[in-house]
Parts: sequence; structure tokens; C-alpha cells
Amino acid sequence: MTVELRELRRSFGGTVALDGLSLTIEQGELIAFLGPSGCGKTTALRCVAGFERPDTGAVFIDGADVTRVPANRRDAGMVFQSYSLFPNLNVRDNVAFGLRVRRRPTSERHSRAAELLELVGLGGFGERYPHQLSGGQQQRVALARALALQPKVLLLDEPLSALDAKVRVNLREEIRRLQLELGITTIFVTHDQEEALSVADRVAVLKSGRLEQVAPPAEVYDRPATPFVAEFVGTMNHLPGRVSGETVEVFGHFLPLDGAAPGEEVDVLVRPEAVRVSPSEEGRGFILASSFRGSIARLRVQLDSGGEVLADVPGHEAVRLAPGLKVDVTLVERPVLTAPRTAVAAPVEPVA
Amino acid sequence: MAGLTGSRRRGGGAGWLAAAPLLVVTLIAFGIPTVVLGVGAFSVKGGGFGFDNLSATMQEPYIGALWSSVKLSAVVAILGAVLGAFLAQAVLTSRSGLLREAVLTASGVLANFGGVPLAFIWIATLGNSGVVTAALGLGSGVLYNFWGLALVYLYFSIPLMVLVIAPALDGLKPQWREAALNNGASTWQFWRHVGIPVLGPALLGGGVLLFGGAFAAYATAAAMVGASVPLVTLQIADALTGNVLIGYENIALALSVDMIVIALLVMAVYLPLQKRSSRWLA
Repeated sequence: MTVELRELRRSFGGTVALDGLSLTIEQGELIAFLGPSGCGKTTALRCVAGFERPDTGAVFIDGADVTRVPANRRDAGMVFQSYSLFPNLNVRDNVAFGLRVRRRPTSERHSRAAELLELVGLGGFGERYPHQLSGGQQQRVALARALALQPKVLLLDEPLSALDAKVRVNLREEIRRLQLELGITTIFVTHDQEEALSVADRVAVLKSGRLEQVAPPAEVYDRPATPFVAEFVGTMNHLPGRVSGETVEVFGHFLPLDGAAPGEEVDVLVRPEAVRVSPSEEGRGFILASSFRGSIARLRVQLDSGGEVLADVPGHEAVRLAPGLKVDVTLVERPVLTAPRTAVAAPVEPVA
Repeated sequence: MAGLTGSRRRGGGAGWLAAAPLLVVTLIAFGIPTVVLGVGAFSVKGGGFGFDNLSATMQEPYIGALWSSVKLSAVVAILGAVLGAFLAQAVLTSRSGLLREAVLTASGVLANFGGVPLAFIWIATLGNSGVVTAALGLGSGVLYNFWGLALVYLYFSIPLMVLVIAPALDGLKPQWREAALNNGASTWQFWRHVGIPVLGPALLGGGVLLFGGAFAAYATAAAMVGASVPLVTLQIADALTGNVLIGYENIALALSVDMIVIALLVMAVYLPLQKRSSRWLA
């Protein structure tokens, strides 16, 4: 089933949450809505669920306009950010809630609940109550409940944000496995870029209610469409550069431009992994700090010209490239994005 | 291990010492009257102990008064709980923060309104010569009966219910309602399967509180209806003061024991439910 958001606009008082958002999600696709707080990602999801009605624009599910269809008559299962299991019902009855309100026979309810609990790895937990489960287990039950009515669309509203780091990783892989197994069209809202990049077929980056870019994760990371996406997804260095024709000069290198430059004096946006660092007494800076991260080490290099640059080097080089070492900094030659010049070159760490 | 046990013992001793003032007050304020009440209720004429007084309270006119008090309290508890819960829900879900603050503050004041001043307000309003009675030509006797008394008790019971139920209503997560809708439930189905069961113990707890308040009320009823509506609290007062007959003090104490038993029965239903609810709304 496809989901189409057409020119959605929604304001809360004077605050614009959605500003003409248009997007089509294909059958069986998992798309992640990614963006900072207040970018409109949850509002967009709630418009699909029917909990918010857009001021203008329309939502189509499987080609049918559902903009004015009440939430309880839309074919969408939703998992909420906070644990939303009904506290007075046990796990089995929570999962079978939708079947109960549709007056399905008890035997059908129980067998469907048991089947779904097996699917989410909680077979045998049916008699327990929500307060007897961990956060991760509660979200698994919520997932089973969302799938109980075999919805056309699965909506996940930051379902992992309240969980421990390790549980998050396990559960997001579990969600992806289930989504692929069931082939269900899924919208996954998150502010965590790692989460979005690791599970989604495509990532839609939102800012101020507008779509900045929608593309597969690798493309969002490697070829960000806008400086905002470049800075929001991953870590980005801002290095001073001078535009010259179709290239930009930075650290004495001429790199090809990716898109139009905003002026002559610009910031060149370069990922840490595209920065090369080598020991050199004649180098342009020295290592300020080194952070070992297993397979890589992230170096913070103080430039003699002012400012800092982040560089990722293989983890085994961390011992050789110790803080205080004089180094030279070069860049991998590939097209680069540019942004209007800021005062001092500085790396921009990801928001989340 | 021995050291740990010793430390626990010392800690326990210090805890009891800190609680001592409260325990002493409790003993004086509740323990001594309860003992006196028990001894008096079971003391029989001519000396010794027996069930004569309690048996007497099971006869007319006392059993009628007891039954009338239970009926009045049940009516006030049920109506107060339902109306108070609706009012609280309406106020809490309104978009006006000012309305919420105003109603909760007014409820705090009105819930503590009682006694002769409350009776006077209603007598001046709906009594035989009350302002509203005269304006609408309602005639006499509107207020001085069972339902008139129930109306006056509701005046402080509904605000009390608003105060009691508001935190429980606040504890209902909006996500529960949205999750229910998302699963195809109507608003009524949400309340039937989730909202009311979750709130049930809190509603019942509020009802118990209203029941207790109406059951124990004396001054308002004494000032308003006197003997025209038989209530156990009025019977106790009459027996203790020798208003009608003398030498019935122990009957009054036995009636008090009846009231305690009824209150304990109501609490026995409420407490286990309240324990379960507190886990859900935590």
C-alpha cells in the first residue's frame, strides 16, 4: 500500500508545524522521518494516523483520500513513543484489543495474540501485565498490538527513544526484520540519525515543516542536498575556502564543487573521514585530542591558521597520532558542498 | 551479619522514637475514645458485658435511622461521584487553564463547607421562606426531607469528588486513548474497556469518601431537618444528651460501633482496588 502526503500544512497558533510537505511512500517501504525537535515529523505521522487534521493538503492511503477519515477507521497501526499499553489489560488482551472491539470470537483473539507474541519474541508472556514487563518488552507488545489488525501502514513514533542503548539497537533490528518479513509500508519517526540511517530504505530529512531531502541513507550521508542535511546527518567540518570557477580552493587543494556556491568566500563542508592526517614537522596544525572508537579514532586537530578540524583515522593509528604531534592535513579529492562563510572554521557535531 | 542486624535494630529503634509523638497523639485521639466506646457499647444495665445495646440498635427506631443514614450516604456517594467525575473531566479537558484553576480552587473551598453555615445558606435559599422558594412559588417543605438533605450534602460532596478524582483523571495518558482509537475503538469503547476500569478504583475511592462524609455528618442535618429525617447521627446525639429519654448513653455508643462496622465494610471493598489502581496510574 502506498502512502501519499500531498501539500500538508498544519499550524498550532502561530507555529507552523508542516509547511507544504509532499511525499510518497512506496508499497513495502520503510521510510524514516528524521529531523530536529519541532521539525514537524511527528505532526506528519499524526496526520497519517488521523490524530491531526491538516489545515490544508491531503493524505492518501492506497490511493484513497483519508484526510477526513476518523482515526479509528483508518487502516494504520501505530506504536507510540511512551509506553502506551493499557495497564488494566494483560499482554494477550492488549494485543487482541482491536479484535475485541470488533467483536471477534475469543478463540480467534487468543490465537492471533499468541501468533503475534511469538512473532515479536514474547511467546508465553500473554498473562503478564504491562507493569511486569521491561521497557523493551512493552514496546514489543505495542508492536504486536499495532500489527494485530493487519494494517495497511505501520506508524512508529520514536518507538525506541525511551529505551536503553543496547535494547534500542536490538529492537530496531527486530523492527526491520518484521517489516521486511511482513512487507508492510512503514513510517518511522526518529530524531536519531544513526537509527534512521540503519533501518530505513529511504530517509526523509525535515526542517521547519519542509522536506529538505528524501533519499536512501547512503545518499543522504554522502550527497546531502542542502547544508542543513549535511550538518544534521553525521559530523561535518567547516573549512574556509575560496571558489574558483567550478572548484574551490581549500588548504591549497582544488576540489570540485558539488552544486552552486553561495559566494566567493565560503565554508567547505567536509566529513571527518575525508580528512587525511599525517605526521609532519612542517604541517599546518597539531593534534589537540584523540578519541578512540574501536575501528576508528577521531582526531581533533588545531590549525595554525585558527580553528579546528576533525579527522577519522584507522583505530590502529591512534597510538602513532598522539595529542601534541605536529601534523599535516589534506583532503580526499571528491565533490564538496559549500555554505556561506562562518567566522571561524569549526566542526559541526550531529544534533543527535 | 550480626553487625548489620544490630544496625537495623538501632535504625528501627530511632524510627519508632521519631514516630512516637504521632503514635501518642493517635493513641489519645483515637485509641482512648475507641476503648471507651467499646466498653460502653458492650456494658449492660446492672453491670457486666453483653450484646444488649447492640441488639437494641437493631430494633426500631434505631435500625430505621441506621438504614436511612446508609441510604442517604449511598445516594450522595453515587450522585456525587458521578457528577463530580463528569465535572472534573469537563474542566480538565477544557482548553482554559483559568477555568481549571478557578474550579479546582472553588472546589477546595466548597469541599470544606459544612455545618450550620451550610444549612443556613440552603434554608435562606430553598427553605420555606427562602429567596428562590418565594421567587418561584415552590411552597413549603422543599428542603426538609430526604432529598433536600441529599441536595445539601451534594453541595460539598461534588467539589470533594472533583478534588479526589482530578489527579486520577490527569493520570490517564492521552496515548491510551489514541492507542484505543488506532485499534478501531470508538470513544465509548475506550472508556468502557480502558478508561473506566483504570479509573474504577479511584472513582470507588471517591465514592467511599463521600459516603463517609455524608454518613458522619451531623450539624447540617440537625440544623435543617431535626427529627423529621431519622439519621443515626441525630439518634446518637439524642441518646447522648438525653434529649428524649435518659439513660441511653450506651445505646449511642453501640450505634457508633454500628457506624464503625459499616465504615470498615466499605473500606474492605475499597482498599484492595485502590492498591491495584495505584500501580496502573504510577
